[in-house]
Amino acid sequence: MPKRKERIDRGIKARSGDIFALSSWREMLYLSGPRLLPVVGCLLLPLVLGIYWQKVLLAVGVFALLAISWDILAQSGMISLGQALFFGMGAYCAGILNHYGGLPPLITIPLAALGGGLICTALLLPVLRLRGIYFSMVTLIIPLTLVRLIEATKIFGGTEGLSGMTPLPSRWLELYLIMAALLGALFGFRRLMSSDFGLVLKGINDNDRSVMNAGINIYWFKAQALFISSAIGAFCGAFMTHVYMFVGMPVFALDYSILPIAAAVVGGPGTLAGATLGAFILVPLSEILRGIGGLRIVLYGLFLVIFIVALPEGIFHYIQRKYHQFERWVEVE
Amino acid sequence: MFLGTVVYALINSVILALLAIGFNLTFGISGVANFAYGALYILSAYLSWMLLNLVGLPFLLAALISILLTMLFGALMYRFVLLRVRGQALSEVIATFGIGLAILEMFRYMGFVGFEYTLPVFSDHSLMIAGAYVDMQRILIVVIGVILILGLWVFTHHTSLGLAFRGIAQDERTALSLGIDSDRIATLSVSLGAGLAALAATIIIPLGSISPGEGYDVLIKALAVCIIGGLGSTGGVIVASFVIGFAERFTDSYISSHWTMIVSLAAILLVLTIKPSGLFGKQKELEERI
Repeated sequence: MPKRKERIDRGIKARSGDIFALSSWREMLYLSGPRLLPVVGCLLLPLVLGIYWQKVLLAVGVFALLAISWDILAQSGMISLGQALFFGMGAYCAGILNHYGGLPPLITIPLAALGGGLICTALLLPVLRLRGIYFSMVTLIIPLTLVRLIEATKIFGGTEGLSGMTPLPSRWLELYLIMAALLGALFGFRRLMSSDFGLVLKGINDNDRSVMNAGINIYWFKAQALFISSAIGAFCGAFMTHVYMFVGMPVFALDYSILPIAAAVVGGPGTLAGATLGAFILVPLSEILRGIGGLRIVLYGLFLVIFIVALPEGIFHYIQRKYHQFERWVEVE
Repeated sequence: MFLGTVVYALINSVILALLAIGFNLTFGISGVANFAYGALYILSAYLSWMLLNLVGLPFLLAALISILLTMLFGALMYRFVLLRVRGQALSEVIATFGIGLAILEMFRYMGFVGFEYTLPVFSDHSLMIAGAYVDMQRILIVVIGVILILGLWVFTHHTSLGLAFRGIAQDERTALSLGIDSDRIATLSVSLGAGLAALAATIIIPLGSISPGEGYDVLIKALAVCIIGGLGSTGGVIVASFVIGFAERFTDSYISSHWTMIVSLAAILLVLTIKPSGLFGKQKELEERI
């Protein structure tokens, strides 16, 4: 007798999820637990970790933000293979403002996030009309070319890069700035994506022609999504410039394009929370695997393939399903 | 100087066409953008090198075996990875990109970098053409390139398998109803694309050396040519190769070698902005792109 898997919402989800008639602490915890977990985690982790793992946490925060930025673009139907463009643009903006203008980090970071976002959006405006893999191809090519451009023109320090940036005042400020940015972006943009604005963006991903039919200018919405995403990426770049006290050609490296995609795919695309979860898994993992050096990128590549083929929904959706539903095998009638 | 540049620009164009034609074939038929293309190119070059230097086979045999192995790899890649995500462009791109990344970084990790990693040239002689010395290898590239492009045209227009290829490319459902197994044809197209990459590697690599970084460059060049020419159109690929080939060689001679890549990018952005269907794309390409 063939069997199929039946999924049924748990009683507690039915009671607390839809009707909002919360009648016990257990139901409240059921609802708030998954939301409290990242908040408490992000605020407490810096306190319990040693200096080395605090640095790792910093990288986790940055890559989680980059993954969120990738996910916002992907939800709007734009698959970027070049997050390094956003990251690098922000890094160079902050570097230039600090190096030539002498501005303090707390001014350069917001300026670079906005400026880098605007520059990236302007750079990609001509190709905004492109769909699917054509957009991906362009985003893959641009950062690689910018590296060559810096090499050829020797601007902004050329191959040497600019060094001697002003560091942020304290280690704690660094950590809590990135954690606050991560939490703000995670919850804020989740909310944004479930609002009407987000609905239009998701509509563009599903069927851009019908969104156009509804009389909505999809290019304006795409440009806005692009600006949001590139501003997040530029913020990460600007932040890292002041952490490393250096900006140079490595900011356009493939790592900054691949790891966010890997994080979003492993964690589960389309939720932002999945992207964050992916970064919290992959970055520490790669830190543990530091001994194997270049093999890390090989592992990312394989991770991508395995997850795309075997668990395309990602870890987050998997966990979410287990949390909300129970499964049982029933006979097919 | 000028004539010499023209000769080398011609050769450069044929090289570009050779690099792009496999990518274009796969995409034109099965719609799979094979982002592992550059990695397959490098994979076959290293396979040839290993068979040649570690096993000690004669060069032609080693090249043949490596081309066949690369084709097999392409077919397996389609069967076990791409088939499961068929039709989802995003997943296809990420999966093939992941595979390519794994292959290239694996070779980098294993330390296969340096000038000793190269394939032998067929002949050391060189000829004097229009005041410029051109070695036999480059002439061979041009000859093989022209034969290959003509052969491919004959194959896709005058053999039943080639017609089946084009049928799938035009309308998959109708082709299915005529008894063409689209999965088998798509497997063959990915495999054939991989084989063309391997063939290109066998004759182009002797001009330089094998390095993992080359894989990314090959992918970008193939993408550039295909975007400008219109993906899936063979005529467009040839014209686009000449446009980029000449532009690159002339910037190299008259401005600086740093700018060659930048010229290709500028060309891509210009074409996509002004004529998004590519130089020779038709209505179908336009619908796909914007």
